[in-house]
Amino acid sequence: MSGNSPMSAGVGERRAAVPHTSMFLRMLVRAAVLRRGRAASALLAMIVAAAVATAMMNLYVDVQAKLRKEFRSYGANVVVVGKDGAALPSDAIGKAEVVLGGRGLAVPFAYVVARTANGQSVVVAGTDFERVQKLDRWWSVSAWPSGPGEALVGMRALPVVSPDDKAFDLSFQGHTAHMSVAGTLQTGAAEDNRVYLAMTDFLAWSGVQPSTIEIAANGSAEDVNAVVARLTGILPAAEVRPVRQIVEGETRVLGKTRATLYASAVLIVLTAALCVLATLTGWVFDRRKDFAIMKALGASERLVSSFFAAEAAALGAVGAVLGFVIGIGIAAWIGRVNFNAPVGPRFSVLPVVLAGSVAVALLSAIVPMSLLRRVQPAIILKGE
Amino acid sequence: MFARLLYESFRRQKRRKLLAGIAITLGVAVATAMIAVATDIGDKINRELRSYGANLLITPQEDTIDVEIGGVNLKPPSDGNFLSEADLPKIKGTFWRNNILGFSPILPVNVPVSAAGRSQDVTLLGTYFAKKLSFGKDQFTTGVHNTHPWWKVNGAWPADDSQDVLVGDHLARKLELHTNDSVDIAGRNHKVAGILSTGGPEDEQVVAPLGVAQQILGKPDAVRRVYVSALTKPEDALARRDPKTMSGELWDRWYCSPYVQSIAYQLQEAIPHSHAEQIRQVAQNEGTVLSRIKGLMLLITLAALFSSALAVSAAMATAIFERRREVGLMKALGAGNFAVAALFFAESTLLALFGGLIGFFAGSWLAHRIGRSIFDAQITIQPVLFPVIMAIAVIVTFAGSAAAIRRAVRFDPVFALRGDA
Repeated sequence: MSGNSPMSAGVGERRAAVPHTSMFLRMLVRAAVLRRGRAASALLAMIVAAAVATAMMNLYVDVQAKLRKEFRSYGANVVVVGKDGAALPSDAIGKAEVVLGGRGLAVPFAYVVARTANGQSVVVAGTDFERVQKLDRWWSVSAWPSGPGEALVGMRALPVVSPDDKAFDLSFQGHTAHMSVAGTLQTGAAEDNRVYLAMTDFLAWSGVQPSTIEIAANGSAEDVNAVVARLTGILPAAEVRPVRQIVEGETRVLGKTRATLYASAVLIVLTAALCVLATLTGWVFDRRKDFAIMKALGASERLVSSFFAAEAAALGAVGAVLGFVIGIGIAAWIGRVNFNAPVGPRFSVLPVVLAGSVAVALLSAIVPMSLLRRVQPAIILKGE
Repeated sequence: MFARLLYESFRRQKRRKLLAGIAITLGVAVATAMIAVATDIGDKINRELRSYGANLLITPQEDTIDVEIGGVNLKPPSDGNFLSEADLPKIKGTFWRNNILGFSPILPVNVPVSAAGRSQDVTLLGTYFAKKLSFGKDQFTTGVHNTHPWWKVNGAWPADDSQDVLVGDHLARKLELHTNDSVDIAGRNHKVAGILSTGGPEDEQVVAPLGVAQQILGKPDAVRRVYVSALTKPEDALARRDPKTMSGELWDRWYCSPYVQSIAYQLQEAIPHSHAEQIRQVAQNEGTVLSRIKGLMLLITLAALFSSALAVSAAMATAIFERRREVGLMKALGAGNFAVAALFFAESTLLALFGGLIGFFAGSWLAHRIGRSIFDAQITIQPVLFPVIMAIAVIVTFAGSAAAIRRAVRFDPVFALRGDA
């Protein structure tokens, strides 16, 4: 343990033949090696603080993206509709996908009012079932249609369209489609009143082109606005609008969560920094004998100060790097546990953590140094 | 003697005790604030999630299907069944009335609207804006303010007992209508109180107080559907079960949990001839978002607890490590290991209690500030948190001191007194 002599740094100084710089380095290294216990506890505090700070900063940056992904399960945040209910140009869906560039999902919808076999009106929609499954994950569907001629029937439309759950006929402008019920759909909203067909079936039967494209665009509110702006430019015949209900709800909840996270991060980092300050101050103060001996042996005030400062800075830097690695691990673990996706390491955090750690370490060296400077070395060496 | 040692130790080593005390206070304060925020965040975020609007929809039981595309209803408005407006306050009489944050009835009618020589057939929605209602002794205000918070009005919201209307901003542009203009709806003049923007089909519609729509339709008391916004508990296995198959006790538990399903069931009970259904887009996603945010806060709280525990431990270890000479002196004078350890533990406990007490109140204050500034609401601090926090403070301080105390006690007094420590 560290029962060894604290004077070892002083002993080293007597070997005066060694050049000045290597002496300085040697004092730094020996101080850490010989008094392992104290140095280790100071380093531990530094590592914990740096790790927590790294984890919080990593999370703070990454959580937004993670939460945004969760919010996309609310469905479309942008809607493209033909002006005054007109159909969209047939290349609209392709253009929308080009604008999204893989960072979102675009689903076409076409609507007509058809008549059932006994003359009741019902809204029939054509869409792409594969994409709807991804866009509207809250749809509760008993079985998705898998082949041509199969329809998805809303819960409330079912008794009207197909009371005995068998195949049914739909007619629109003289054309009749014979469909079978693949499954039922329940959403609690307007969809329950409709019959959904695959787009190919729908087009072959009614000839009506899609009039609506629902888009789930990934990214921040600015990204979504950019998508809206580009779509407006590329589709002049259509009206593009953000779904305020979804966009505003998301902004609000995300904002509150971020603010809470921010407050927690500040609190935790502040505590960690203060505790490092306390531990390191004690550590430096504890080495007042080294300080006194150096001064007694003729070291200048500047040399002694720079020695302690260098020691503290080295400790801060080592602690920061180790803490950074651990902190990234913590952030990744939190990401895995909570979001099923690891929080990626952000190396932009490293300089911040490094600078912060060194600054705190230097600060905790300066306070006891300025106290000690006023004291005569003789008094310290006497054991006061 | 023991008490005097203890007292003198605190009196003479103010700096060291202060440092250790500050570390404990800080650690406890952060732990308290984080636990308080984490336990309350579920409720706070749940309320924020209500900005997505209503999560329940009440419709007449034997309703015909809607023939509606893009917010335009092609079904004759008098077709089908209606709910009775007089029954609506009963929503606030259900078991979970305090979880129901608001509701708004909707009555759509198709009307010709004309202004400045232009005319168009549009849908007029009758609803509550901020209607004052009472059920029993309860007074409450409800309407689209609560259930559709993303609706924005340029101008003023109409009063619920007035004849003023809101015009959707697309429609207003087409008809060149502005705030305070007068508009002819179904042969009667109405004042435009404001221009409504929603980003939805309402932008093409007229929204009026419920009474106006009932008057046009000639059916006083009629309501087509009611949107209800309720605080719910995330769905679990019990929530998804069919209540009809449940045994008595299980059924009670289901009925008395604020699941969206059980609230729907109770709404159906409260309003005659009605059918209540969750709006799955809103209701189903709340649970996932909520559990993610709660999980995140829980993990962060764990990290905070861990780091404050380590900080307290480090501070205690340092404080004891510095006092080896004292230990040497005590042992040289004949004190046993037990006496020395007892003294240190007593000191730690005192520090932990003081630090814990101050830290708890500082942490409560912090939690309060966080709640005020972020959620604009009080964060409730459970009284049970106090003993828990104090116990944690004492245990962590003890654990942090234990290793250092053991080392200090084992230390040879000769080395300590010679000054090699």
